[in-house]
Amino acid sequence: MIDFSIIAETWPQFLKGLQVTLLLLVIACASGFVLSVPLAVARVSPRRWLSGPVWLFTYVLRGTPLLVQMFMVYHGLAQFEAFRESFAWVAFKNPWFCAWLVFTLNTTAYTTEIFAGALRATPSGELEAARSLGMTEGAIYRRILLPGALRRALPQYGNEVVLMMHATAIASTVTLVEVTRVARDIYYNHLSATESFGVAALIYFVLTFSLAGLFKLIERRYLRHLRPTAAGVA
Amino acid sequence: MLHGYLPAILGGLGSTLSVAGTSLAIACLFGLLGAAAKLSDSPIARGIAQTYTTLIRGVPELVLMLLLFYGGQIALNALADRMGWGYIDINPFAAGTLVMGFIFGAFLTETFRGAILAIPRGQIEAAQAFGMTRGQVMRRITLPQMVRHALPGFTNSWLVMLKASALVSIIGLDDMVHRANLAAAATRKPFTFYATIALIYLALTTISILALGYLERRYSHGVRKVDFR
Repeated sequence: MIDFSIIAETWPQFLKGLQVTLLLLVIACASGFVLSVPLAVARVSPRRWLSGPVWLFTYVLRGTPLLVQMFMVYHGLAQFEAFRESFAWVAFKNPWFCAWLVFTLNTTAYTTEIFAGALRATPSGELEAARSLGMTEGAIYRRILLPGALRRALPQYGNEVVLMMHATAIASTVTLVEVTRVARDIYYNHLSATESFGVAALIYFVLTFSLAGLFKLIERRYLRHLRPTAAGVA
Repeated sequence: MLHGYLPAILGGLGSTLSVAGTSLAIACLFGLLGAAAKLSDSPIARGIAQTYTTLIRGVPELVLMLLLFYGGQIALNALADRMGWGYIDINPFAAGTLVMGFIFGAFLTETFRGAILAIPRGQIEAAQAFGMTRGQVMRRITLPQMVRHALPGFTNSWLVMLKASALVSIIGLDDMVHRANLAAAATRKPFTFYATIALIYLALTTISILALGYLERRYSHGVRKVDFR
């Protein structure tokens, strides 16, 4: 059934692939988080010229397949000669840069909507209380709206991080040797699906549940106030 | 237009739609079976359904597709070899849609399960008190009402599936992305073609959101909305 000699021979490759997968995940999620917070604030703004462009950005990014976005940036931009001769080309001919850019934009679009939803769910009393204390707009966001909204967004955000981890498999189509690419190379060398894609599936499965567990811990810390108390009444 | 590749791209659109549509039908079947198993009294059926949804949702779609597509072919041919049937040539469309349907059936299982649970228990008890059979309760009480509860989750799964259908180009199906790849290579205008199909996907998601939103409003006739103001 399973040829363990292939697994014994190829596991160092998977280990290297795992590092690439994790690195892609971390850089995309970190830059996505930094971009999403201000974009979510803009998204819920009553000023149309602020919220409109953000809406368009998330709509387009969420309405098209990630694979097509990746091809557009990695293969597509080479079509323009002026672009190929420009200084930006140094970055865009590098698959790492393209993968980072596309994954960041993609996860930013989803995360912005998650954070915006959490901001909209702010109880209006909190906002009124902050205003009646004379807080400035900036202080209200920093001390009241964002800490509450980011906490509320945690379960959904954890979900998005898992989906992003799964999405890094798309990097295998632009020459990056992450877990899926390693599996595909092993499949072509040995023509057996279990020892290649099966092992990759197992790695992703373990990663999924590790991330889910990690977010459970974070939620326990930051959503402590929502846990049912032993007495039932706080 | 598009250097003469417009008909080829539109042909690819047709095959993308038939892949996504067929996969959706198969996914609904797996989803209903999964939901029925999860809500059944049999611990074995519940266990199988739980394993199915947990495994599928823990692994990227692309990896599952590659595993089931290539693994399934190898397994089937090994079986055929043992039975003396000779080499079986598997139709990639059938295999691809079956794999997609199997994957997204896991997502629909949760949607359908939640929708069935949202139907007040008393209605099912009342139907049973009238002497309806299990099938009648399903057909007359459960199914018509679960549509309303299932639609938001269903819309979401359909949108994810429509976009994931772009991945079938990787396992060798001749969909819209594959046609764009060919056209991009032949004309050396990759941006033009990838941007074109991106716009087509955007149009498809927009139409889907509008159409399913309309259905949602229709099925919610007679349900009062909570007014928060």
